[in-house]
Amino acid sequence: MTGIEIGMPTLKPKDFKTDQEVRWCPGCGDYIILNTVQSFLPEMNIRREDIVFVSGIGCSSRFPYYVNTYGLHSIHGRAPAIATGLAVSRPELSVWVVTGDGDALSIGGNHLIHALRRNVNLTILLFNNRIYGLTKGQYSPTSELGKVTKSTPMGSLDAPFNPLSLAIGAEATFVARAMDSDRAGLLSVLRAAHEHKGAAFIEIYQNCNIYNDGAFEVLKDPGTRDEAIIPLVTGQPIRFGKDGHRGVVRAPNTGVLGVAEVSEVGNDAIVVHDPSTEDPSYAFGLSRLSGSDLGHTPFGVFRSVQRPTYDGLMSAQLDEAVAKSGAGDLDQLLHGWDTWVVGAGADAS
Amino acid sequence: MCGHGYSYGSTYPAVEVATLVTKPVLHIDRVVIRLAGDSGDGMQLTGDRFTAETASFGNDLSTLPNFPAEIRAPAGTLPGVSSFQLHFADHDIMTPGDAPDVLVAMNPAALRANLGDLPRGKTIIANADEFAGRSLTKVGYTANPLEDDSLADYQLISVPLTSLTLEALKDSGLGKKEAERAKNMFALGLLSWMYNRPTEGTIAFLEKRFAAKPEIAESNVTAFRAGYNYGDTTEAFAVSYEIKPAEMPPGVYRNINGNLALAYGLIAAAQRCGLPLFLGAYPITPASDILHELSRHKSFGVRTFQAEDEIAGVGAALGASFGGALGVTTTSGPGVALKGETIGLAVSMELPLVVVDVQRGGPSTGLPTKTEQADLLMAMFGRNGESPVPIVAPRSPSDCFDAALEAVRIATTYMTPVFLLSDGYLANGSEPWLLPNSADLPDLRRPFATEPNGPDGEFLPYQRDQATLARPWAVPGTTGLQHRLGGLEKSDGAGEINYEPANHDYMVRTRQAKVDRIADSLPPTEVDDPTGSARVLVLGWGSTYGPIGAACRRLRADGLEIAQTHLRHLNPIPSDLGPVLRRYERVVVPEMNLGQLALLLRAEYLVDIVGYNQVRGLPFRAAELADVLHGVITEVTEATASMTR
Repeated sequence: MTGIEIGMPTLKPKDFKTDQEVRWCPGCGDYIILNTVQSFLPEMNIRREDIVFVSGIGCSSRFPYYVNTYGLHSIHGRAPAIATGLAVSRPELSVWVVTGDGDALSIGGNHLIHALRRNVNLTILLFNNRIYGLTKGQYSPTSELGKVTKSTPMGSLDAPFNPLSLAIGAEATFVARAMDSDRAGLLSVLRAAHEHKGAAFIEIYQNCNIYNDGAFEVLKDPGTRDEAIIPLVTGQPIRFGKDGHRGVVRAPNTGVLGVAEVSEVGNDAIVVHDPSTEDPSYAFGLSRLSGSDLGHTPFGVFRSVQRPTYDGLMSAQLDEAVAKSGAGDLDQLLHGWDTWVVGAGADAS
Repeated sequence: MCGHGYSYGSTYPAVEVATLVTKPVLHIDRVVIRLAGDSGDGMQLTGDRFTAETASFGNDLSTLPNFPAEIRAPAGTLPGVSSFQLHFADHDIMTPGDAPDVLVAMNPAALRANLGDLPRGKTIIANADEFAGRSLTKVGYTANPLEDDSLADYQLISVPLTSLTLEALKDSGLGKKEAERAKNMFALGLLSWMYNRPTEGTIAFLEKRFAAKPEIAESNVTAFRAGYNYGDTTEAFAVSYEIKPAEMPPGVYRNINGNLALAYGLIAAAQRCGLPLFLGAYPITPASDILHELSRHKSFGVRTFQAEDEIAGVGAALGASFGGALGVTTTSGPGVALKGETIGLAVSMELPLVVVDVQRGGPSTGLPTKTEQADLLMAMFGRNGESPVPIVAPRSPSDCFDAALEAVRIATTYMTPVFLLSDGYLANGSEPWLLPNSADLPDLRRPFATEPNGPDGEFLPYQRDQATLARPWAVPGTTGLQHRLGGLEKSDGAGEINYEPANHDYMVRTRQAKVDRIADSLPPTEVDDPTGSARVLVLGWGSTYGPIGAACRRLRADGLEIAQTHLRHLNPIPSDLGPVLRRYERVVVPEMNLGQLALLLRAEYLVDIVGYNQVRGLPFRAAELADVLHGVITEVTEATASMTR
């Protein structure tokens, strides 16, 4: 990551606040995410002017107005495409995309998967609240089947996307999950994403207290959360629940990941987490542990593998072209190889 | 008057018989040749080569490729016919010609599809080998037209092109199928003899093109020479023709088509701006060649991004513009329909962006490979809200170069998206181009903002230049100028989200005023009115320049008076156009649409425009236009006569 300057003044979280009044509903999960991101940004040690936040449309997409960096609040679903053009033409910048479940997975689904498969150097924060908030409460592509909303009074009919499965299916090189209320978890995922070169995709569960309040309650309620949350720690067996009594195991016949009692299978049977596993089916398997009911929901970094970035490859092609044939000469280009001369004078060459 | 230099270097000798012409040579001043065959027959390549030979000889020329949207339509059928028309002359010409003088028909389908365009008395060169059996019945011939006298009104020359090619290549070691494929080169050789074209270039070209397959290169050269020698020796061709080089302004020339000129114009403009060029594009006919061409020039710092769709193409270009690149997207009509929302965002964020629309027949998928001018109103109005976008249009293939520079000038000077409306005819048609000197091209540099501009040391992204009304362009990486842009309405000056009624009214009017103000930077409208007393003005835009100009010449040659003007800028329209229109009793606007510019001019100037409209997927014919204009001139004259009676 460039943009770091030795001896640059140390920035504080408040340096990343703007004078704009934050206009999310009181109690919205977006506040905590904004606050956490603002407290993380100084850690990057990148100058504010070398950071750009690009968003689409939706509640989450107001984010750039509140961060004192360069920012674009663009149009619905297109942030990954716009950010791609920026990141590719200015590879030295730190470019972030802030999006929501409707923005990224419905109207903008195409751009998201292509940005991920290209491995453009972007950090994509997807605020998943499983509802359309800004348009006042229609079901979203992550809403659970049968969701009753204004546009689905008898229940929604379409199966939801699992955002992480989608990202891993597109072979994203970095995929992680965090939750608005878990500041430490979000910070650690942001750090890991910052270390990663290439497209980093982070799904953040975010509560919409107006239109979908309590959507992630099972992951927050002290009575249920320990049995529902699966913390992913690199190099450690994936265990969770009270005293780690449960763990993630691989079915012997199919290799499908599932959950078992450690006491029944033994600690050796528990899968040791390795996000650098090249084959995306491992991370995909982790992403399938949780369904709409959030019963077993892993948090942390699912996948982190190294692959050349699209912007880096493109810059390398430009350098290679110059190395091979020299910097372009306009007159020579216009001339081509098939010219003729009219009037007295020398032959064309 | 001309010294012609050739840039070829070949290990093959030029065709020797070129210097041993024994048959009489007739001097003519111009000819229109149409090559027609199956889409797999290589007619476009043959046409390109014949054009290159003609260009290097120094004739003025204009070309019209015409091919189906299908890559390989069923062989020998009417929908599969591909053609290439070339008009060349010893004087300056403006169109590819209304109708061919010579039709080369490689098969019955090509004859059937093109005969209707061939005036009686003109020449047909037909590949006799193909006029048999199924090839005839497939396109509805019950008898062989080469033998049944149905072509008695034409000069018919039957040549067994296929068998002559096979005979010439019998020792080449190639199989029959491969050898047959060289028949287009045999035809090209024959034409080269007929019109005394230089042959070195084609030989060098074949050698280069098939460098990896020397046996194919050799067989093509052999077929080409065999065709040339056939013309020289056979009795079927009694004479050959010579068309002297045209008088053209001195300088270095090359032949160029519109898409290539446009790509070069963008590269040149980026250099003159001192900005890196970024193209975001999705493949679409007939614009893809611009993407292909720009992708070849990475050594100029050109980044090309083949996006996942049209929307991403323009989105990435806009993102690049925000980062300080020259953002460009290239497409055709259906793509513009998809890009509308992003262009609106560029209007709101006031960032430079060039949107190239190579127009084709519509609506919907329409006629992908044919030309039309029916996207003007979409470019003008095809977005939500009051969303003014400047529009420029090139008038000829080589003019696409200058139009690209002009579009970029407007985009960066006024911080605005700009439409460049080319079309399928300009894209693929070609003409000689007097090469500019790069140092003489306009200086398009416009500095980025580097310092805060507000009274309290803050940065105001929407504080405007008083002359142009453009806002500053502050790019990421610039210390102290961090700002947020978006599609929500913003306050004047500070650019913060603002929903106040008066502010919105002001911002809407200011964005419009900024685009209107571009007119201050435009040169006066040039009217070509040689006598100064014409009563009828013909006004066009875009690719109709050639046919309209040719029609005016015809009328003037007949002693009639007509004034002509042509718009490069469609939005804003030059401010002196109103008085120009009012100087004439009638204003005729020919367009390849149902009257889109006419609608705008009537609304703006309350002038009763006479429209002449065609949407045939082809350029206007000069003769037809001349007839229409003649009719209007007569009407005006007779009206005066009846009033004075």
